[in-house]
Amino acid sequence: MTAKSTPAGGTAVVRAFFWLPRSARAGALILVVLVIVTLLAPLIAPHDPNAIDPTHVLAAPDLGHPFGADALGRDVFSRTVYALRTSLAIVFASVAVASLAALPLGTAAGYFGGWVDQVISRPLDMLLVLPALLLAITLIAIVGPGSIVAALAIALIYLPILARVQRAASLVVAHAGFVEGGRARGWSSLAVLRRHVVPNALGPLLVQAAILAGFAVQIEASLSFLGLGTQPPTPSLGLMLSEGRDVLTQAPWVEIFPGLAIAVIVLAFNLLGDGLRHRLDPQGMAS
Amino acid sequence: MNPRLLFVLRRLGLTIPVLFVMSVVIFLIIRLVPGDPVRTMLGFRATPESIAQVRAQLHLDDPLWVQYRDWLAGLLHGDFGQDFVSKAPLSELLAQRVPVTLEITLLSMLLAVAVGVPLGVRAAVGGRWARRLTEGFVVFGISVPDFWLGIMLVLVCAGTMMWLPPSGYVPFTEDPGGNLTYMILPVLTLAVAEAAYIIRTTRGAMLGVIGRPFIVYLRAKGTRERSIVYRHALRNAATPIATVIGIQFGVLLGGAIVVETLFALPGVGRLIVTAINQRNYPVVQAGLLVVATLFILVSLITDLVVGFIDPQVSDRGES
Amino acid sequence: MLQINDVRVRIPVAGGRWVEAVDGVTLAVGSGEIVGLVGESGCGKSTLGGAVMGLLPGGAQLSGQVLLDGRDLGGLTAEEYRRVRGNDIALVSQDPSASLDPTFAVGAQVAEAIRNHRDIGRREARERAVELLRAVGIPDPGARYSDPPHRFSGGMKQRVVIAAALANDPSVLIADEPTTALDVTIQAQILHLLRDLTVRTGTGVLMITHDLGVVAQVCDRIAVMYAGQVVEQGTVRDVFADPLHPYTRALLDSQPAAHHRSGDLPVILGQVPDLTDPPAGCRFAARCARVHDRCTTAPPVVETRGGGRVACWLHDALPPVAQEVS
Repeated sequence: MTAKSTPAGGTAVVRAFFWLPRSARAGALILVVLVIVTLLAPLIAPHDPNAIDPTHVLAAPDLGHPFGADALGRDVFSRTVYALRTSLAIVFASVAVASLAALPLGTAAGYFGGWVDQVISRPLDMLLVLPALLLAITLIAIVGPGSIVAALAIALIYLPILARVQRAASLVVAHAGFVEGGRARGWSSLAVLRRHVVPNALGPLLVQAAILAGFAVQIEASLSFLGLGTQPPTPSLGLMLSEGRDVLTQAPWVEIFPGLAIAVIVLAFNLLGDGLRHRLDPQGMAS
Repeated sequence: MNPRLLFVLRRLGLTIPVLFVMSVVIFLIIRLVPGDPVRTMLGFRATPESIAQVRAQLHLDDPLWVQYRDWLAGLLHGDFGQDFVSKAPLSELLAQRVPVTLEITLLSMLLAVAVGVPLGVRAAVGGRWARRLTEGFVVFGISVPDFWLGIMLVLVCAGTMMWLPPSGYVPFTEDPGGNLTYMILPVLTLAVAEAAYIIRTTRGAMLGVIGRPFIVYLRAKGTRERSIVYRHALRNAATPIATVIGIQFGVLLGGAIVVETLFALPGVGRLIVTAINQRNYPVVQAGLLVVATLFILVSLITDLVVGFIDPQVSDRGES
Repeated sequence: MLQINDVRVRIPVAGGRWVEAVDGVTLAVGSGEIVGLVGESGCGKSTLGGAVMGLLPGGAQLSGQVLLDGRDLGGLTAEEYRRVRGNDIALVSQDPSASLDPTFAVGAQVAEAIRNHRDIGRREARERAVELLRAVGIPDPGARYSDPPHRFSGGMKQRVVIAAALANDPSVLIADEPTTALDVTIQAQILHLLRDLTVRTGTGVLMITHDLGVVAQVCDRIAVMYAGQVVEQGTVRDVFADPLHPYTRALLDSQPAAHHRSGDLPVILGQVPDLTDPPAGCRFAARCARVHDRCTTAPPVVETRGGGRVACWLHDALPPVAQEVS
């Protein structure tokens, strides 16, 4: 396990990095770079992502516009950088919300079982009745489109999946010897949960969250592409792909680069998730 | 009683509450819209008279359970309500739209299974190159977003080389050849990611089966390697494969929404998206209802198929 | 009949090393004869069975000669060997629950054994399979033909496996611990079934087992294996009455039946040698109660004694000096 609380936090991060399998290191590295790029977006982007430039309409990539320019002469590179920022923010928010909700729900369902499990798991199973994208669209149909709704919709899709994984992991830990030992020593349920169950059951949840984060990028892009996610003028990868369709044959760069960006993030999260799975979830509880 | 019949009945029994809950959720969509849904639907055309008229038309003033009862009774008689914008009966609209979505999803699944299962088997029992190539394809298929793949396919096959129509549709009954030509790119777009998942699942399941003792015993009987792999091992691996196909069908239904929009295909998915943007709630409800029902039916069929492939499943009576 | 001549099997293990799992085994199984191959787990007896079946794990190296009815199986192509398996040599393995394909009807699995080797139609194969199921004692075989394996008990499943194995009247049957996974009450039934069927058809059986009780019940001859080598073989009567090799004696002494609750069973102290680096002399030397100088320096020579053979310096016919000269 990583030792995040050691005095030298920096070395712990480095150690955690090398503790990962090699392919997962590549994924982690890509994600770190992307996060830095999006955090420093104003410094890295050469242009204002929304600045319209009539002299550069559909300009091919060159030094000033490394990814070319779109139908309004906006710099595709700058827009991609800012869109990444939007996408990653939505992804992290949705996965964090879903994980934080799934943690107590899944733990309680797995640890206590019985009617607690029934009360928690049955309604969550009902969320799995609709295909993922359809569930998101249903929520959007009710509340209306937007970035925050998209993030909530993705969180809603992921909640039952993550809760199920956490439930399975807690179930296993709950019957492990050291937990029985804690109970025998007369600790309260909460103390047993906090000190033993949660720390030991966390691995599969983390793995599942990493894998789902990759697909969250795709779902967010799909929703924006359909006009149901992030709304203009905020740059988003799905919107850029939707707008670029009309000029596809004249200016393919408008489509190619944002799409590549999505593929790279999904790949990075997948590599990281698979690597984490090898280390944290050898029984394969996360799907 | 015959264990198989019992299994089928039990699984059917499980489906009914699921259908019920799903119908309630979809029924509630319009009632959950923040503020007055009718005002939202009418937009600038909203006047006290028009609002009252639409409320009456949608029976929004009845008690909730009466509304649900009437709605459900209508559905059971094939009455899906009216398009709020065009006033056309939704059953006719759906009759045109559903076959399109079904055609795309079923063709994609067919292609993905036809390509994915044999490749997954090769990845499990074949040499190093078979394994590497399929692994590469899996990573590609899973990472690349489907609609972007569709756009790139249009760029290559329709734009640059002019092989195929970039978008459009003719019904199969009018022009079978033309219909299939329009289907090529959308189906490819959806099938790539599907095939990737099917390959990954098939490979994992086959590897698990190939290591089991009964495979050695089959060899000891002098069974041909081909028959061991495709008759015995594949049948034992079929449960996870069929399960994934069922789950992925739901993903396909979601993907169809995007692909129909991308290729201008008049399916249910595009209908739903357009209706959401127009705040055309009756259409949204009817569309979601159809797609969700399809998904639930596919899950049911998947479980029944699994039960029939693997007698242990149906004998246990679980699902 | 089956003739195994100086067969050696090396299996690769981690670190580029090899385990000499079977080291120079010579053994014969005659027509209608049941030969018990006895030893502790890990002594190489199942690997020897795999070598005869042509089903060694990937990477394993085989040398020596395996003759089946005079035909050398060593030079066969994969397809030629497939035609031998299940036809001329058959296998009944340890766990019947693991041997049968759980998704196929038991009858179909017997019919498959027939159709793998004979060009006959489905219906004919089915009729023959029903007959075989009847012959191994499955009640109402016509109706139970279509049942999946999990609806049968362990003993019934092993009967199905035996039916499939004997479907094509093989010359030799390898029975690898055929009763170990079964209830004690069923074990004797299965053993006697095997014996009755094979004696009738003249099929020779190589009965791989760790249980001397099994050997006593059904075998004609016995071969005792230790650490990859056959240390003693002979008729069951001779070997049980007068075991020549100290290991055979120790095995017989550790059988519960020999002591009738008269206190603790004697155990063989020590451990099996590391077969990635076998000792220079006798492999049993480190655990042998009667070890002496020669045992640790050179491997014992196989000597013929009566109808049997033994590999032990205690029974060396020649004086040590003459041995070194030859």
